[in-house]
Amino acid sequence: MLVPTKKQRFQANVLPHLNSAFNLACWLTRSRQDAEDVVQEAYLRAFKFFDGFHGDDSRAWLLTIVRNTFYTWYQEQQKQRQETAFDEEMHDFGAVDVAGMAFADNNPETLLMQKDSERQLQQALQALPLEFREVMVMRELEELSYKQIAAIVGIPIGTVMSRLGRGRKLLAAILAPARQEA
Amino acid sequence: MMDHQETLELLPAFADQELGIVETQEVQRHLDSCPDCQREYAAQRIVSARFKKDAIYFNAPPHLAQRIGNALPPEPARAGSRRFSWISLGGALAAGLALVLGLGLYLNLPSDQERLTDEVVASHVRSLQVDHLSDVVSSDQHTVKPWFNGKLDFSPPVVDLAPQGFPLVGGRLDYLAGRPVAALVYRRAKHPINLYIWPSNERDAAPQLQNHQGYHLVRWTWDGMNYWTISDLAANELQNFVGLVRSTVRQ
Repeated sequence: MLVPTKKQRFQANVLPHLNSAFNLACWLTRSRQDAEDVVQEAYLRAFKFFDGFHGDDSRAWLLTIVRNTFYTWYQEQQKQRQETAFDEEMHDFGAVDVAGMAFADNNPETLLMQKDSERQLQQALQALPLEFREVMVMRELEELSYKQIAAIVGIPIGTVMSRLGRGRKLLAAILAPARQEA
Repeated sequence: MMDHQETLELLPAFADQELGIVETQEVQRHLDSCPDCQREYAAQRIVSARFKKDAIYFNAPPHLAQRIGNALPPEPARAGSRRFSWISLGGALAAGLALVLGLGLYLNLPSDQERLTDEVVASHVRSLQVDHLSDVVSSDQHTVKPWFNGKLDFSPPVVDLAPQGFPLVGGRLDYLAGRPVAALVYRRAKHPINLYIWPSNERDAAPQLQNHQGYHLVRWTWDGMNYWTISDLAANELQNFVGLVRSTVRQ
């Protein structure tokens, strides 16, 4: 009987979390294209460090790497932006049209009904600072525990709690005028 | 007794059911008598629920797994490779290629089981494309089950697992192993799960987990039915789902 190779073990343990990795990366980069690059880079790093991984929570482990890869990438982007400050077309970062990204729900009827509500929420979320956005995505969409989030972000559990609380408050404040209109 | 400020700070964790029993009880006690905290608690829950419902979940495009697979470093050759270390790189590559092709040809005669695995993965991936997931969209097992009447020559057991965190979202006719089958669609935190069911004349078989193209699959046979389920969920979560299906179907 053949012992599975590192690559086979990696593919069995880490590759199934590709959607989680991509979802987080999309929410951080706000661009599908950039998210793909970040996720690929994160997977290559994860493969390199895979020998040192002995835990059983491979999803949280992978998301930690995705997040770190993102921040490295983000800092480089910021630097480049400063250096090419006069080239307006280069990185028009805020203008990425998230509404144009594919929706996860495939049913056109629900899509139509949810579109307005989704768009409002989506815009509100984009306005949220990164530090709040990331914990909220990990909690609400990935359903990670406070403990897992604390390990991924590298902050105490109490800070996870206060960021979630403040993030939700901010979001409610941004959404409030829209709710009155409706 | 917990004071007002302490309670306010703990409300996010209270809403997320992340507090211990003692703290939960203390927050609850304060909450019962404090309208301010009640409002704050309600606000936390509303935003959280709205986020879960309306925020987009970005599923990875199918080509990304391929792209990553291609970018991973190639496997080092296994035992015996040392003998070949003197061969030029080109030669080694050619030898490796020949070996892979040879093995490939030999292994490429797939068993029925492997063919079926491929079919299930293909069906799952196809179902994730726009408008393909469900033919009947309903979270009600009493709507989904009759929908199959007249479309199939058997009646698949349809169970609702929403209370356990796997809501039923719909059903679909599909075609596997040369016959029409029932496909039930469940979700877990926006991860779709396909559960295929069709009659079998084989003996009962315990669930078997496998991994294929980045998806986890579990198949089993019980009481004259074949069950195959597939998702991108973590293996233990999918096995948890299988356990729930099995215990509910038996009732």
